[in-house]
Amino acid sequence: MIKNLDKLEKFINSELSSKVKNSLVKNEELLIEISPEDLIDVVQFLKSSEKCKFRQLIDIAGVDYPDEEKRFQLVYLFLSHEYNLRIKLSLRFEINQTIISLTKIFPSANWMEREVFDMYGIKFKNHPDLRRILTDYGFKGHPLRKDFPLTGFNEVRYSEKEKKVIYEPVKLEQNYRNFDFESPWEGTKYSKQLNNIEKDGKKN
Amino acid sequence: MVKKTKSLNLNFGPQHPAAHGVLRLILELDGEVVEKADPHIGLLHRGTEKLIEQKTYTQALPYFDRLDYVAPMNQEHAFALAAEKLLNIEVPIRAKYIRVIFCEIGRILSHILNVTTQALDVGALTPSLWGFEERETLMTFYERASGSRLHANYFRTGGVHQDIPLKLVEDIEKFCKSFPKIIDDLEGLLTENRIFKQRNVEIGLVKKQEALDYSFSGVMLRGSGVPWDLRRSQPYEIYQELDFKIPVGKNGDCYDRYLCRIEEMRESVKIILQCIEKLPKGPVKSIDGKISPPNRDDLKQSMEALIHHFKLFTEGYRVPKGDVYTAVEAPKGEFGVYLISDGSNKPYRCKIRAPGFSHLQAMDYLIRGHMLADVPAVLGSLDIVFGEVDR
Repeated sequence: MIKNLDKLEKFINSELSSKVKNSLVKNEELLIEISPEDLIDVVQFLKSSEKCKFRQLIDIAGVDYPDEEKRFQLVYLFLSHEYNLRIKLSLRFEINQTIISLTKIFPSANWMEREVFDMYGIKFKNHPDLRRILTDYGFKGHPLRKDFPLTGFNEVRYSEKEKKVIYEPVKLEQNYRNFDFESPWEGTKYSKQLNNIEKDGKKN
Repeated sequence: MVKKTKSLNLNFGPQHPAAHGVLRLILELDGEVVEKADPHIGLLHRGTEKLIEQKTYTQALPYFDRLDYVAPMNQEHAFALAAEKLLNIEVPIRAKYIRVIFCEIGRILSHILNVTTQALDVGALTPSLWGFEERETLMTFYERASGSRLHANYFRTGGVHQDIPLKLVEDIEKFCKSFPKIIDDLEGLLTENRIFKQRNVEIGLVKKQEALDYSFSGVMLRGSGVPWDLRRSQPYEIYQELDFKIPVGKNGDCYDRYLCRIEEMRESVKIILQCIEKLPKGPVKSIDGKISPPNRDDLKQSMEALIHHFKLFTEGYRVPKGDVYTAVEAPKGEFGVYLISDGSNKPYRCKIRAPGFSHLQAMDYLIRGHMLADVPAVLGSLDIVFGEVDR
């Protein structure tokens, strides 16, 4: 299995040398990094080439790195039944970039791209029907972005007065608490903050 | 003179007993013939992936029970395998066997539900009454191992939560001896049943190529004649040591998929029996104290155990940087977890690949040109559970 992956890596590197930015075999998996413009060509090649035959698109995963310049990453997972191989394609791009849709090559990309659009707000060119899929009708925002709060912005309830379901801003009895367990032995931060406030207070 | 007809839009669901959950299907009908189907999903969306990003690895596991709630442990399995692959730890052999036993129980649970409700959708009431009795027995096994009938939270990174009671193995064995008879009974009701065949044969046809294009997996793929099962082709745990067959369909219609599921139940019974026969003794979770919590008894005596216990249940364990995709053959198809770790105690990203999502996507392709009455039959044979489709 690992031997095959190394072979596959070499094969792809030699055939698509100008398009592959980086390739890596780790955890018994092959990850190929390409630039978004080459996506269609690379996928066409992977699907049609007799030596790999990646005939099935397994999934498309979006990832958000809010602190980096190229904020979003898309990971395409492919499976080849004939050679029993898997491959991951990774793209990195900036927030406003549109990506070419794969729906022409893989019909199943339709919903997967809709989900990525719904969750991250990544737009796909030439997609036949780019609507939201998992969130509510009329939902605003993209929930899987890291800057979207876990509790969201709106909550729904049935209003006895108006006899219908209404939307309201989220009201929590207690704020959502996120404990930082990773560095409990370095002392609490708030004592330092308190000291600072005291100092500031004296200055004023 | 040709009379102009207007097509009728029909709203199927979201609350419809044959929709297997909360599916809203907008159908365009020409008379009784379906011209277009537009499934609206997401009515059961709970933001599982977002929640998992906020939880430690141990806390993330129970969310997987709630995806495909018909076969909870198969889902947990995918996540446990992903975390183990990143951590690069070995699972004790006994834990592997226990995992396989419960995954196959999950497969039977799911297939009973699907086969019987599919029959219910096309008008047969009795199979579900008989089948659900067996499901009840199986869920008791779940309860005796994990403490709960449905949301087990039993698998852990590095093994399973606790060892199974002695008597349980005997009872599972007893069940496996008697269950084939129940499958025979179910088959007696359905397989050669005239009405059942009329409603299912040549309905919802999927050709090989389309099955691949639409990312089908599991029974949906095998029903169309592609011999592909992850337990065989990319074996995990101890599946390579077990002897089982993979039933493959011929025509790719609802009836073939039904037959595949029936045969798979028989194979699962065989797998469980083999596991019980071979079931070795030994620990059931990783002995690495940095990952598995210590024994209850040790807590009173050992300072180290106490520290480990405290750290594991507050901070959790840290997982090395990297990304990994693991897939298991869940009853409904390939269930995968794409996990990205940034080296902290929480997953940075956890994409869940649910088989039902791709299957439901093909609804429009499957149902076009069929009658309205075929919609529940096709939907039934897709084996949709909304917990995993909407996540």
